[in-house]
Amino acid sequence: MPKTIAEINERIKRGQAVVATADEIIDLAREKGIARTAAEVDVVTTGTFGPMCSSGAYINTGHSQSRIKMGGGQAFLNDVPAYTGFAAVDLFIGANALPDADPRNRVHPGEFNYGGGHVIEELVAGKDVRLVAHAYGTDCYPRRELDTLVSINDLNEAVLFNIRNAYQNYNVAVNASSKTIYTYMGILKPNLGNATYCSAGQLSPLLNDPFYNTVGIGTRIFLGGGTGYVTWQGTQFNPDVPRTANGVPRRGAGTIAVIGDLKQMSSRYLRGISMLGYGVTMAVGIGLPIPILSEEILAYTLVTDADILAPVVDYAGAYPNRSSEVLAEVSYAELKSGQIKVRGATIPAASLSSYQRAVEIAQTLKKWIERSEFFLTERVAPLPGVESGMSLKPLTERR
Amino acid sequence: MANTTVSHRVILHFPSRVVNQPVISNFIKNYDLSFNIMKASIIPDQEGYVMLELSGDQDKYNAGISYLHDAGVRIEPFSQNVQRSDERCVQCGACVGFCPTEAFHLDGVARAVVFNNNLCVACGLCLTACPARAMQLRF
Repeated sequence: MPKTIAEINERIKRGQAVVATADEIIDLAREKGIARTAAEVDVVTTGTFGPMCSSGAYINTGHSQSRIKMGGGQAFLNDVPAYTGFAAVDLFIGANALPDADPRNRVHPGEFNYGGGHVIEELVAGKDVRLVAHAYGTDCYPRRELDTLVSINDLNEAVLFNIRNAYQNYNVAVNASSKTIYTYMGILKPNLGNATYCSAGQLSPLLNDPFYNTVGIGTRIFLGGGTGYVTWQGTQFNPDVPRTANGVPRRGAGTIAVIGDLKQMSSRYLRGISMLGYGVTMAVGIGLPIPILSEEILAYTLVTDADILAPVVDYAGAYPNRSSEVLAEVSYAELKSGQIKVRGATIPAASLSSYQRAVEIAQTLKKWIERSEFFLTERVAPLPGVESGMSLKPLTERR
Repeated sequence: MANTTVSHRVILHFPSRVVNQPVISNFIKNYDLSFNIMKASIIPDQEGYVMLELSGDQDKYNAGISYLHDAGVRIEPFSQNVQRSDERCVQCGACVGFCPTEAFHLDGVARAVVFNNNLCVACGLCLTACPARAMQLRF
């Protein structure tokens, strides 16, 4: 003690690395103490699996004969529009994209049964997807129409590129109004009829590294059933939030942008999701390995559900109006008990992220490391810390 | 001999030729079963259905069911009508707080979402409340 990532990788190579999930490490450290556990354990694995809206994939379809320039034209994958503001055959499909013909909320609440997240899920599953494109035609790209089936194996590149994932803590949603509301946090019954939350709590990646001491640009991770990398801080990254005495953010705080080869991922961990009355999105599985380089780093991974507080927010009032009003703070231990107390009322709480699958991801990453199939990377640069002064800006409208 | 009381949730499917006959009326008069109708759709000359909970003496229940069967009514237990695709389900638990009859619960240790279809009344709320669209209603 202290260790280096190179030393840990040497132990992984020899099949001697000691790995524990962020659940397991809690009991282990209670039993052995922090100093001994930090000396013995090399890596703590985390996991999360939940809807992450700012997800998407870029693909290169290869060139048709004759050539078509989809850039600046229109392209659809199973009727879902893809972004064409790139070169001739590079497309980006976002998880929240909807077919033009989807009725949305014209009959409220809309069902949103199919969208970009589902297209990505089907591509990953190896299914054929129909690519339709309309172009304006040029001397070098004369073709104007394209209608063909493609599968992931036909594509030159298929890369998952999510600009905001793995939120460090998140709101607990309730509805204080007198009508049922349909939100990205699920269906919320009137008069605080239910509460929903969306974090794996003590197993969640960034809650185990609250000050971003190990995670950074270039960190190799479990992504969608394959491996990926942290490319940047995620959008809306905001380290400047109230924190508990042990550093755990009490509001949504850090996020990560991630990238990885879609061709080696699995539809078990990338799933199209439909939120009634809201839209489509994609559930993404992420696992972050935390190298135990010091006792301090270990101590942060010992965070328990009881230590993590989340804000309860009214999604009928405060949220849509961008008010920072918080009705209460509750711990993940309370949330996972299935009931929380808000203003004297006992409210049933349900999760939108899958704890069971988060455990599965942390266990899978652990197994990969133990079997010398996954090595840790040195980060190239850290994420902005609390000292960066970075904070979340609202949009101020002006003319 | 003590009578055994039973309670079952069933769906009665009425083919169009049966819809115009007083089957339910005969059933009530002759078999002394208490029942609670949860959902029904019966339109003259079309196929119809009634979802109900039947309870009463076992022998009378059997005789009543046998009468319905002979009258041409197709009888199905409720629990087979709402099904979960285990492949689609991502075990999130969004259904747990939402189901009015608490047919879903989270297993304490593994935190897997358990669907107890004996508690299901086939209201169909979970069909669109499930973000993964894992619940299916079958008739």
